[in-house]
Amino acid sequence: MSEELEVTTETAEKKQYRVVGKSLLHKNGIPKVTGEAKYIDDIPVENCLYGKTIRSPKPRGKIKEIIFKEGINWDEFVIVTPEDIPGENIVQLIRNQMPYLAEDEVKYRGEPVALIAHEDELMVEKALQHVEVVLKTENMPAMFSIDDALKSEDVQFENGLNTDEDNILCAFDIQDGDIEKGWEEADLVIEETYRTAAQEHLYIEPNGVIAEAHPGKSLTVDGSLQCPYYVQKAMVALFELEPEDVRIVQAETGGAFGGKEDFPSLLAGHAALLSWKANGQPVKMIYDREEDMLATTKRHPSRTVLKMGFKNDGTIVAMDMDFILNGGAYPTLTSTVLSRGILHSFGPYRIENVDLRSRATMTNSTPYGAFRGFGAPQSIFAMELHLNKAADKLGIDPAEIRRKNFLQKGDRMPTGQEIKEDVDLEFLMDKALEKSDYWKKIEGHQEFNSKNSTKKRGMGLSMFFHGSGFTGSGEETLASRLVVQLTDEKRLEILTSNVDFGQGIHTGFPQIAAETCNIPVEWVNVHQPDTGAVPDSGPTVASRSTYIVGRLIQLACEHLCERLQAKADLPEDFNEKDFQEAAGKYLSEFGNLQSEVQYSEPPDVRWDEESYRGEAYSGYAWSCDVFEVEVDLIDYRTQILDTVSTVECGQLINPSMAAGQIEGGIGQAIGYALYEYPIMDDGAMKNNQYSNYIIPTIGDIPDIDVEFIEFPYNNYGPYNAKGIGELPFDGPAPAIAGAVARALDGLFITEVPLLPEVIMEAIDSEVED
Amino acid sequence: MSEALTEQEITLTVNGEEHSLTVHPMKRLLDILREDLGLTGSKEGCGEGECGACAVHMDDKLVLGCTIPACQADGSEITTIEGLGDDGRITAIQEAFQKKGGSQCGICTPGMIMATTYYLDHPDSADSIREALSGNQCRCTGYKKIIDSVKEALQNL
Repeated sequence: MSEELEVTTETAEKKQYRVVGKSLLHKNGIPKVTGEAKYIDDIPVENCLYGKTIRSPKPRGKIKEIIFKEGINWDEFVIVTPEDIPGENIVQLIRNQMPYLAEDEVKYRGEPVALIAHEDELMVEKALQHVEVVLKTENMPAMFSIDDALKSEDVQFENGLNTDEDNILCAFDIQDGDIEKGWEEADLVIEETYRTAAQEHLYIEPNGVIAEAHPGKSLTVDGSLQCPYYVQKAMVALFELEPEDVRIVQAETGGAFGGKEDFPSLLAGHAALLSWKANGQPVKMIYDREEDMLATTKRHPSRTVLKMGFKNDGTIVAMDMDFILNGGAYPTLTSTVLSRGILHSFGPYRIENVDLRSRATMTNSTPYGAFRGFGAPQSIFAMELHLNKAADKLGIDPAEIRRKNFLQKGDRMPTGQEIKEDVDLEFLMDKALEKSDYWKKIEGHQEFNSKNSTKKRGMGLSMFFHGSGFTGSGEETLASRLVVQLTDEKRLEILTSNVDFGQGIHTGFPQIAAETCNIPVEWVNVHQPDTGAVPDSGPTVASRSTYIVGRLIQLACEHLCERLQAKADLPEDFNEKDFQEAAGKYLSEFGNLQSEVQYSEPPDVRWDEESYRGEAYSGYAWSCDVFEVEVDLIDYRTQILDTVSTVECGQLINPSMAAGQIEGGIGQAIGYALYEYPIMDDGAMKNNQYSNYIIPTIGDIPDIDVEFIEFPYNNYGPYNAKGIGELPFDGPAPAIAGAVARALDGLFITEVPLLPEVIMEAIDSEVED
Repeated sequence: MSEALTEQEITLTVNGEEHSLTVHPMKRLLDILREDLGLTGSKEGCGEGECGACAVHMDDKLVLGCTIPACQADGSEITTIEGLGDDGRITAIQEAFQKKGGSQCGICTPGMIMATTYYLDHPDSADSIREALSGNQCRCTGYKKIIDSVKEALQNL
């Protein structure tokens, strides 16, 4: 048995497994602590060219000319313009529209218009200073914010999905119950507008790829990426090649968080176009930090107008929402981000009468894309803070207004989805309140705040869920395939396209396989994600790897054992020795054994895209966050004093790594709540430097206290596990904002990040009022 | 980079091995390590001395490889992540990061381990673990398991 780490979990009468549920150490951990792990920029490439991108200097305009100025020997350079593109000049995503290189019109500042490469990296950088992109910008106004887009009479985008409104990419609505009846029943109605800012992923390793493309024949891309098959699909269309001629390999990936979901397709295309033009000479394109922050996608800014009706006891009787995301200049993944946003907006509460509307605007900002949480943090922020505001008006505690409305088994979400598991959200919340000493601290803060004129303390909480896997019928459409095969050593190898970027799936996946086949976990290996060798088990996104792909591993292993039982005398009850004997027998008789499975939707999971009703997700993880903060009234900084998170995500495959996900997600979300603010200048990031974009340091995050609780329920995950990657990002921002409001004696600030200047202005304007 | 300066010869000892190189005097120590010497364990996260991923030891000081020009590194003794441990064995600190989950994606890990190693060798250099690692940023862990790793290493001293 491998070494393991101890993590405390509270679970009553739960099934004990042999390997699943053990905190085994990272399988690929040692090369990371010795510095031997090879990230994309660490891979030596002989005879390579360094590629750079020529970008639009303005947010909107017609391209008149690209001037390659004197002072550079341009003959030494490989130059790619749109005319060099062999196939389709459109990145393959959900709604295909973003070009690899703008051909006629640019839509955002920093948009790629041409590419150059040279053997000397410094020379390429120097050459970039000698290129001028000349644009015609007359009568082409640019718009950047949600408010700009809504009031603009200039039509840049038409025919959105489910909408005929100009400049709206897509819209999704949910209506349930009778909203008019709800307003009639309400003792209190409150309306408020909430805003959240963009957020930069700031993975510590910037985006990067190495491409080798042989004109008309084949190409290979190695890269820091989450979704090898997304890149393959993109390259097939860009170069008009067959999928088998396009090989995408994931290098060790230094953080991703959604920022390496869709963007690497664009970057891989750029590097491959340069290599194609250079007749197969390899091209390395590694962004430096400034370029990465300027050019890559970010979290969607949002504006939510929320109006809700309550009974005097806190019962929610009506919810009306207008939820808007800023999509930026191209559609990227915005429609699915919006969809997840509205499907998480109503929170873990029973609400009978709802009218929920959501839209995404197109603007001339850098395209916004996938980022951990995927729309849910934005809508949850509004809902959770709104509940605090209502509680304040009704004179009850924020915990009690939530308790009054929790979903229970048998209840239905506004989508009609019935809660079939025995969710005990009161237990989840009370555990977090108890661990954080919530009630006692609230009393203590009253005394503290009355005695301190410059420091104020407050407690805040949030309750939230996050759906595992793709939204709606996404998993059915994806139809992931996965293979588990016997190796020559009579052991197992898992062939999957899901990548490990530190979250630990290449440790967790073998745990699932070892459990199912009753063999030591050391006997299970995961093949490097390489489209030339592994099937398409889908992208590494959407909290789906453990829940969806892990289940496929379990199924493939079950089938493999059945095969050994049918053909190689593996007994009904078997141990590892029996397994190896049977494996040896099978291999000598039949040569090899591959067990391939494909995802199929569980029979009672149905989603209707047309009516927007049904099972939006087949499984949900649940959580409660409690934060204690201190606001300084001299410099208006907010410090986190304590944080507790209780989490229900079914059976833990690897408790230590699950805790690592929760702690890391909370850490990033503290940044979202307090510090991180991309300053947009002409729609692109102005503070695109590490020193000007503030993320939490080790001094800003207290020891995060995580406790796992399991509701007994047979779900669709492997051994009843659920997805966990995104869940922790959903809760901190509203919990922190709620705590700040409490510290400031009920002054609700309805936006994040809560920068010192935002708090200062809110206090000043309250004084003026 | 100024073109007025011409390349010059520098000598530095890296992980116990002496190297003489002809480089531009303003070339960054990080590039010398990664490009000239092939020591890619030190990472570049920001290029401006903010993230700490390129932390190495220079003449018994903790420095950032992206902020040290070649002319300043001339004559110095450098230890990188590749120089830790004897006979292919990892150090107790490296072991602690693996055991306590202090490394997720791993890109900040070499810098974290160099800073931790410096702190454990020079306990007076900081008042706390948090202070000792305040120049190293991690985007994956929320720092809890990094602190646990350093505590584990301290216990095993």
